[in-house]
Amino acid sequence: MGKAWKFGDSISTDLIAPGRYFHLRSNLPELAKHVLEGARADFAPQVRSGDFVVAGENFGLGSSREHAPTIIKIVGVRAVLAKSFARIFYRNCINIGLPAITCDTDKIDEGDELELDMEKGVVKNKTKGTETTFPPLPAVMNRILQEGGLVAYIKAHKTLEI
Amino acid sequence: MAGKTLSEKIITEHCGKVVKSGEVVIVNVDLSYVQDGTGPLTVRRMKEMGIEKAHNPKKTVFFLDHASPSPRMELSNDHEFLRDFARKTGIILSDVGNGISHHNSLEKYACPGDIIVGADSHTCTNGALGAFGTGMGSTDVAAAIALGKTWMKVPETFLVEVNGRLPKGVYSKDIILHLIGKISSNGATYKALEFTGSTIDSLTTAGRSTIANMSVEAGAKAGLFRPDGETRNFLKAMGREEVFRELKSDEDAVFEKRIEINAGELEPLIACPHLVDNVKKISEIGQVKVDEVFIGTSCNGRLEDLHIAASIMKGHIIHPGTRVIVTPASRLVYLEALKDGTIETLMEAGALVTASGCGACDGVHLGVLGDGEVCLATQPRNFKGRMGNPNSFIYLGNPAVAAATALAGEISDPREVM
Ligand code: SF4
Repeated sequence: MGKAWKFGDSISTDLIAPGRYFHLRSNLPELAKHVLEGARADFAPQVRSGDFVVAGENFGLGSSREHAPTIIKIVGVRAVLAKSFARIFYRNCINIGLPAITCDTDKIDEGDELELDMEKGVVKNKTKGTETTFPPLPAVMNRILQEGGLVAYIKAHKTLEI
Repeated sequence: MAGKTLSEKIITEHCGKVVKSGEVVIVNVDLSYVQDGTGPLTVRRMKEMGIEKAHNPKKTVFFLDHASPSPRMELSNDHEFLRDFARKTGIILSDVGNGISHHNSLEKYACPGDIIVGADSHTCTNGALGAFGTGMGSTDVAAAIALGKTWMKVPETFLVEVNGRLPKGVYSKDIILHLIGKISSNGATYKALEFTGSTIDSLTTAGRSTIANMSVEAGAKAGLFRPDGETRNFLKAMGREEVFRELKSDEDAVFEKRIEINAGELEPLIACPHLVDNVKKISEIGQVKVDEVFIGTSCNGRLEDLHIAASIMKGHIIHPGTRVIVTPASRLVYLEALKDGTIETLMEAGALVTASGCGACDGVHLGVLGDGEVCLATQPRNFKGRMGNPNSFIYLGNPAVAAATALAGEISDPREVM
C-alpha cells in the first residue's frame, strides 16, 4: 500500500528529469533526488517506497530520456497512474519494469492510500473504499513487464522474438 | 484488399510479412543512433544485456551533440565513455562540432524507406526523406543496436493535406504549429502523420524536416513525407543520390483521419509558455519583451533558416536589451553559412554564433536563461525548465519572427520588416 501524489496534465520529461541536471544522468541516485522537481518541489524529499504518482493526461510528454521513468522507479514509486501517457515514456516504463497504468484518476485525491493488483487489473483506493479497473497490457508489453523489463528479457532469451 | 499507407509499406518491407495498422510486429532496423544525453545509458543497458557489440556498427552512430563541446567534467567523462565504446565496437562516432544527430542523419545516413530508431524523441525528423524514424528510450535502442531489431505497433495514419501558397513571413514552422494547436500535444499519440498537398510539394527538404521534427510534439510516432524530386535533389547534393527511391501511400490506403490546412490563410504563429500546443497568432500576442533570441536546433537551424534570419537582420543592429544566439544545426550548415556570408551578416548585426549542436535548446549550456527571463526560440519545445531554468519563459516561432524580434527587442511580426 502507498500514498497518492497528485499531478496535473502534461507533466513533461523536463519537469521529471530537468535539463539543468543533465550532468547527473550517469549518476542516477543523485539525479533521483530531483525527480519531478519541476512539477512539485515537495515530492522528491518526501516520497516513500510504495507510493504512487497519479496524474492527468499525456504524462511524460517530451524527450525520450529513459532517465525520467528510471528515477521515478529508483525512489520506489510502485506505479504511475495517468489518464493517458506519451508514447515514448510509456514504452520506457515497460522496458524498465515500472508499471504505467492508464485509468481514470479523477476520483483519486492527494494522500489516498492505494493498492495495485496487476494480475486482476485493479487499483484499490483504501481511503475511499473504491476500486478502479484498467485493461490488461498488450501481450508483448505484458511479457516484457512480467520478465522484469527488456534488459532482463534479452539477457535471458538473447533475442527479441516475443 | 485495401491499399497501404507509407508506414504500412515501410514496415511490411522490414518484417517479412504484410502488415496493417494495429498489428504488433518485430522489424529489422536499418539505422540506430544515440546522442550524448541518452547514449551512456544505452551502452550500460547493452552491457547489462550481455551484448557489447553492434549488430551493424556501420549503421550505428553515436552523436555528441547535446553538450557540445562539453561544459562540465561529468559530461566530458560521458563523452569519453561513448568514444571508447565506439572505438572498441566500430560504431560510427560523430564527435563534438559535427552538430545535431537528426541533421547529420539527413545529410549522411538516412535513406527513403528506412526504419530508423534513435534515442532521441526528434528522430522523427528523418521522415523528411520518407524514412520511418522514431524516437525511443535507451533500452529499446540498446536492443536495436545489439540485435538489429525492435518491436513496434504498426501505427494508424492521419493524412494532413496542406494546400495553397504560404503568405509572406509564414513558413513550414507555422504549418506544424497550426496543426499542433489544432489537434493538441497528444492529438496524434501513437499515430503516424503523413503530409501531402501542393504546399508540401513546394517545400524544400529543410522545410519538410521542421514539420517532421515537430510531429512528436503532437504525440506522433512518425511524421512522413513521400520521397519526390526534391528528395532526390537533396540526396544528390549530399552525394548520395543512389539511395533515392520512390515510395508513397496507395490511392486506396486507409487513413484514420484526414486533416486539411489552407496554407494561404496562415499567419506567423507563436507557441506560448509552457506548452507547445499553446499556439496563438502573432497578432494576438501583445507586447512581450524578449531577453534572448535563439536561432538554431533540429527544428530550425538549417541554412534556409539562417538565410531567412539574415535577410531580415542585414544592415540592422539587434536591440540593445536582447542577446541573439545562433547555433547552426550541423557542421555542413555552418560551413555553407560561412562561405555565403550569412554568418558575417548575422554577426555584424550583433548576433553571437556558437559551434553547431543542440546549443541552448536542452538547458545545458550556451544560453541558459536567468530567473524571469523571456526567450523567443526557433526550437521545437517550450516546456517549463527546458532551457535550464524553471523560472523563465519560452516562446516558439519561425526564424523570421526570431529575426524581427531580435531587432525590436519584443516579439514582433516579421511581415512589418520584410
Ligand atoms: S536541438 Fe533541441 S530538440 Fe533538437 S535534438 Fe537537440 S535538444 Fe533535442
